[in-house]
Amino acid sequence: MAQHTNKRATTQSVTANRLIDGEVVYLTAAGEWSDWLKDAAVADGKEACQALLAKALPFVASQHIVDPYLFEISVEDGVIIPSSVREKIRMAGPTIRLDLGKQAVGT
Amino acid sequence: MPLVKNGAFEDDKWIVVEDDADLPADKPVILSLTRWQAERDSLIGRNAPIAVKLASSEAPDPLETDLDRLTMVALDFPAFKDGRGYSYARLLRERFGFQGEIRATGEVLRDQWLAMSRCGIDAFIVADNVTLEMFDAAISELSLVYQPTGDGRKTILQMRHGN
Amino acid sequence: MYRYDEFDTQLVQERVAQFSGQVARRLAGEITEDQFKPLRLMNGVYLQLHAYMLRVAVPYGTLSGKQMHMLAHIARKYDKGYGHFTTRQNIQYNWPTLKDIPAILTDLASVEMHAIQTSGNCIRNVTSDQYAGAAAEEIDDPRIWSEIIRQWSTFHPEFTYLPRKFKIAVAGMHTDRAAIRFHDIGIEIVAGKDGKPAFDIFVGGGQGRTPMIAPLIGTAIPADDLIAYLEATLRVYNMNGRRDNLYKSRIKILVHAIGADEMRRQVEEEFAHVKEQGALALPEAEIERIRAYFSPPAYETLSDTSAKLDQAMSANKAFANWVKTNIATHKQPGYAIANISLKPVGGVAGDASADQMDVIADLATAYSFDEMRITHEQNITFAHVKKDDLFALWQKLEDVGLGTSNLALITDHIVCPGLDYCALANARSIPISQQIAECFADLDRQHNIGELKIKISGCINACGHHHVGHIGILGVDKKGTEFYQISLGGSADENASIGEIVGPAFTEDELVGAIENIVETYLSTRQTDERFIDTYRRIGKDPFKENLYATR
Repeated sequence: MAQHTNKRATTQSVTANRLIDGEVVYLTAAGEWSDWLKDAAVADGKEACQALLAKALPFVASQHIVDPYLFEISVEDGVIIPSSVREKIRMAGPTIRLDLGKQAVGT
Repeated sequence: MPLVKNGAFEDDKWIVVEDDADLPADKPVILSLTRWQAERDSLIGRNAPIAVKLASSEAPDPLETDLDRLTMVALDFPAFKDGRGYSYARLLRERFGFQGEIRATGEVLRDQWLAMSRCGIDAFIVADNVTLEMFDAAISELSLVYQPTGDGRKTILQMRHGN
Repeated sequence: MYRYDEFDTQLVQERVAQFSGQVARRLAGEITEDQFKPLRLMNGVYLQLHAYMLRVAVPYGTLSGKQMHMLAHIARKYDKGYGHFTTRQNIQYNWPTLKDIPAILTDLASVEMHAIQTSGNCIRNVTSDQYAGAAAEEIDDPRIWSEIIRQWSTFHPEFTYLPRKFKIAVAGMHTDRAAIRFHDIGIEIVAGKDGKPAFDIFVGGGQGRTPMIAPLIGTAIPADDLIAYLEATLRVYNMNGRRDNLYKSRIKILVHAIGADEMRRQVEEEFAHVKEQGALALPEAEIERIRAYFSPPAYETLSDTSAKLDQAMSANKAFANWVKTNIATHKQPGYAIANISLKPVGGVAGDASADQMDVIADLATAYSFDEMRITHEQNITFAHVKKDDLFALWQKLEDVGLGTSNLALITDHIVCPGLDYCALANARSIPISQQIAECFADLDRQHNIGELKIKISGCINACGHHHVGHIGILGVDKKGTEFYQISLGGSADENASIGEIVGPAFTEDELVGAIENIVETYLSTRQTDERFIDTYRRIGKDPFKENLYATR
């Protein structure tokens, strides 16, 4: 949700929930929505971040996603890592049920 | 945008008049509560119909003794989530016995028409694509009621006990 | 329990059709998310951290075996094989899709269930006492009145867009297992004139950011005036509750702002009008019609002593422990109230798997007249079990991990879903509960400590009821790290109190040690028969605070 955007963050990606099933999704550089954070576009600096968020808005109007917002990430060894505990959990699934959510896919 | 009143389309002849504007003679006018209260004595002799529009923070009590002079009361819903007008409508209809038009203005969406109708609102400004079929379907979605209101519908309680 | 007549059934089916239409229009883009959101909330559909969440209504917590089987079916077919029982006696599913909701609601309707008004700024599920109909001191069965209120509040056209959510709870006697003083309206049944039930009405309680204990507004309101009185109260709230600030829009804020006396005056002025108009007078015929659904079950005539029970208890220590904590006295000789703990050490408090739900359903049918209650403390109660049957029941519960003997002990927590599930949370709450339970797992230690209610919330909205925990824990976010603030001395029963914050917050690593420290202070200062809450009320916060922060 937008109130979880860190106003001082410089490096960010855009996330939302898919309307039809509520799945957490991430905006890619190609302007698509992926279930996986590794596919997310990374924006550096205020202007780039605002531009990225703007790319998400048409998908609200087309009933694909709801409530897109920016969230802080860092890139370490080419891996995108969310900065907040919240987005780490959102990316993976509940910490007390490792058999549920994205963290369990493929197991 | 069309006006649906009592389930039929009607021409909306009413004119909203701002507090500081001149009153057009011989036209039905909608005034704010403030203006009505300030000018009611001079308006009493007026021939053309008068309506008062209540803001969502304005309960209808000040109008109680004037209702026989008013053809219509408009209730504003600045946001559809502001539900004060539902109580105001019921007070107007059921407590003060108002028999004129009660109109919902502001953000009034299809999914509120049913509850509004039950509370005594009988006139709605609707979107251009709304048909009477759509309107009727919307207010018929729940065909039974638990609670009595001024709409006179038999409640489930009454049906159960053969009233 | 209540059974729908053709009118109830038709309305629920029409509601399913109405919401299905709203979902279709949303997916087709005819309404925006802003326009859709209040509609989906009024049908129990939230959007949470990982997925949608569906909150199914369990009216005053009461379920039949068939209904519990359906809840298991929904968990399997549409979700991930489990459900979560809540502090308002409802059940939540964490993984439904929006497109499946109409099918889920259709399935629910087939067993007289729904998700109507379990969210949104409207009147929510009416909650009540899980010992209804079984406790000896009950003045009248609160579920009768809860059902009457449920019907009056369902699709109430005037109160569909209140300033904020509205929660009502009913207690059938002075002992309060429904936390009525922490509800928007709390109702206590009292003996009225001529022996009929009457109602003391508390208005303006709540937790959240600003916990408040509801003052008494209406005294001994006669039964046939109940609905008129509630309508008057809701109308005063609908017209005067704040709508400018989300955090100041509950009725408790209004009552606090104008004072209880002025609130009473406004309600009674409105009530006089409503009563005079007369349409809401409750007909005796309807009260009796509903009362008939809650008549006592067909008890057998039994001696109050059960040799079978006594033998089993002396032969099996684990069973004896379960009886000691989880069994309460029933008014009918030979019967007992059995509480099923959903707080096994190592589990998730309040969760049950679909398999467990099916077992619980069959056990309720076999041992408790096909009826069970969800409690606001996230456990399950079988209200009418023969003492002779308790051992067999317990064995079957043990088989599926539901025989934990910890009712009201230090491992029986109220926990909100927290940051593991909830979009509003600031910190995780479930792992905290698990760590505390792990630490205190030893049953002898738990019994030595005695009654100690820990309640854990992952944010200031207090869905975990931390304000009314004997020990309350609030998860907060300090500069990106989860911290936990402890409060002491809260209580949700008829001796209502709001917990006091004891000092600076603790890290996750420090928290269990802090709880042990608090327990140690209690054990070293308690007098005979004093529970934790009694000792706290006698000695106050300071000894606890001193010991807790001695090394900081």
